Amino acid sequence: MPSFDYAAPTSLAEAVKLMGSSGTVRAFAGGTDLIDQLKTNRRNADLVIDLKRIPELQKLEMGSDGLHIGAARSCSDVHHDATVNRLYGGLADATGLVGSVQIQNRAAVGGNVCNAAPSGDTTPNLLTHEAVAVITGPSGTRKIELADFFVGPGQTVLQSGEILQELILPKPPESSASAYLRFIPRNEMDIAVAGVSSFIHVDPATKTVRKARIALASVAPTPVRARGAESVLEGKVITEALIASAGDAAVESATPITDVRGSAEYRRELVRVLTRRTLSICLERIGISL
Amino acid sequence: MDLTVNGERHNLQVDRERSLLSVLRNELELTGTKYGCGEGNCGACTVLIDGEPSQSCITSASAAAGREVTTIEGLERDGELHPVQQAFAEHSAFQCGYCTPGFIISTVGLLSRKPDPTDAEIRSGLNGNICRCGAYTRIIRAVKSAAAGAEGNAK
Ligand SMILES: Cc1cc2nc3c(=O)[nH]c(=O)nc-3n(C[C@H](O)[C@H](O)[C@H](O)COP(=O)(O)OP(=O)(O)OC[C@H]3O[C@@H](n4cnc5c(N)ncnc54)[C@H](O)[C@@H]3O)c2cc1C
Ligand code: FES
Ligand code: FES
Repeated sequence: MPSFDYAAPTSLAEAVKLMGSSGTVRAFAGGTDLIDQLKTNRRNADLVIDLKRIPELQKLEMGSDGLHIGAARSCSDVHHDATVNRLYGGLADATGLVGSVQIQNRAAVGGNVCNAAPSGDTTPNLLTHEAVAVITGPSGTRKIELADFFVGPGQTVLQSGEILQELILPKPPESSASAYLRFIPRNEMDIAVAGVSSFIHVDPATKTVRKARIALASVAPTPVRARGAESVLEGKVITEALIASAGDAAVESATPITDVRGSAEYRRELVRVLTRRTLSICLERIGISL
Repeated sequence: MDLTVNGERHNLQVDRERSLLSVLRNELELTGTKYGCGEGNCGACTVLIDGEPSQSCITSASAAAGREVTTIEGLERDGELHPVQQAFAEHSAFQCGYCTPGFIISTVGLLSRKPDPTDAEIRSGLNGNICRCGAYTRIIRAVKSAAAGAEGNAK
């Protein structure tokens, strides 16, 4: 492995200062992506900054504006968190799918987001919960919608010297739920051929969909929202037929490629099926039967 | 750096980017932790970091500094095998044995979170470990017997 320097700051201010060091500087959390990228020369670094010892980046708590997830908090902690399981079911689904138990113990949700793989399993759900990314850098802190965070495969809007500090997920209303499913050819440890997260908020009395959010993994250069499918659902009474048309509409937002994992056509079909299934799981979680 | 392994503190002069696996095997001569794939796929290199199963091949030694690292060598007490080691031995839960230290460490981690796992929980709890010889049936049997033993002791 090429040699690089290592720093483990214990405060955010110190980390930001270190990010300004000369040469190529990279922040990391679990290192489950970065270490392999460095080993195989897909990325280089003169200095890596371990973010795991910074208390602000370990947050996992409900605030007045929603759930704060520090960028270095592990997938395991998020997966086992009671609030996450109660209010953000799809995030519990997704964090439990990343790699293996060992990977989840090291890997952070923030690392999954910053790695910006189109196949990242946690991102679609974060998008359906309309997560806000809090970014800190030399010129202070800014907040952006997570939907605006991704530029291309492995590319984000983070400027040099900036780190993702935390994600804020607005508190979902009563009678809403989210779910995430991915398809892989094995049972464990593989990269999603396609993944879909759905979130719906349904009026329990009339079964009218007040709000719907759907996002897709592995079918475009970045994670994408399926806005067409969302508008098919919103304002309508939820039925099996409506769920089926939402699945059809979601396919329109997918621009997949054909590669070793699957053909573009297969991926489009997966989007259709996974959209329907995640919507059904959401209804089950809300306690609405059709 | 200060590295605490199996309760013993070591002050080491090593390159800060070295993998924890390489430091354990080459500096501390704790060769029970194995190198399989080197990229986080096989679990042969699993150790506990603050009680959580983690792959030492993709963890830098620096990231483990100041935390409690437990390797397979650290499980026995006063010459007595850890109950999970005992169960793996009793059930011959291996053929070549290369994956065994990793499986045992992962099992210790699993049982500390879920003392009485179902078959499905055992499978998903050990999803980061691969046995090239395919001793899975016996491994699952060993895990169940270790869990039952621990339950029995608690009663
Ligand atoms: C065996 C194996 C299986 C895997 N399986 C899956 C899977 O099923 N699904 C999946 O989605 N992923 C999978 N991955 C990929 C990886 O584990 C995840 O993407 C994980 O969430 C990354 O988190 P991390 O904290 O380890 O990231 P790191 O490696 O620490 O960082 C990832 C990238 O983001 C940057 N970065 C990290 N944190 C910050 C920050 N706060 N601010 C700025 N930049 C930052 C780093 O510089 C690096 O480029 C797998 C990896 C392995 C090795
Ligand atoms: S050697 Fe570490 S997971 Fe294979
Ligand atoms: S016993 Fe040989 S790899 Fe598992």
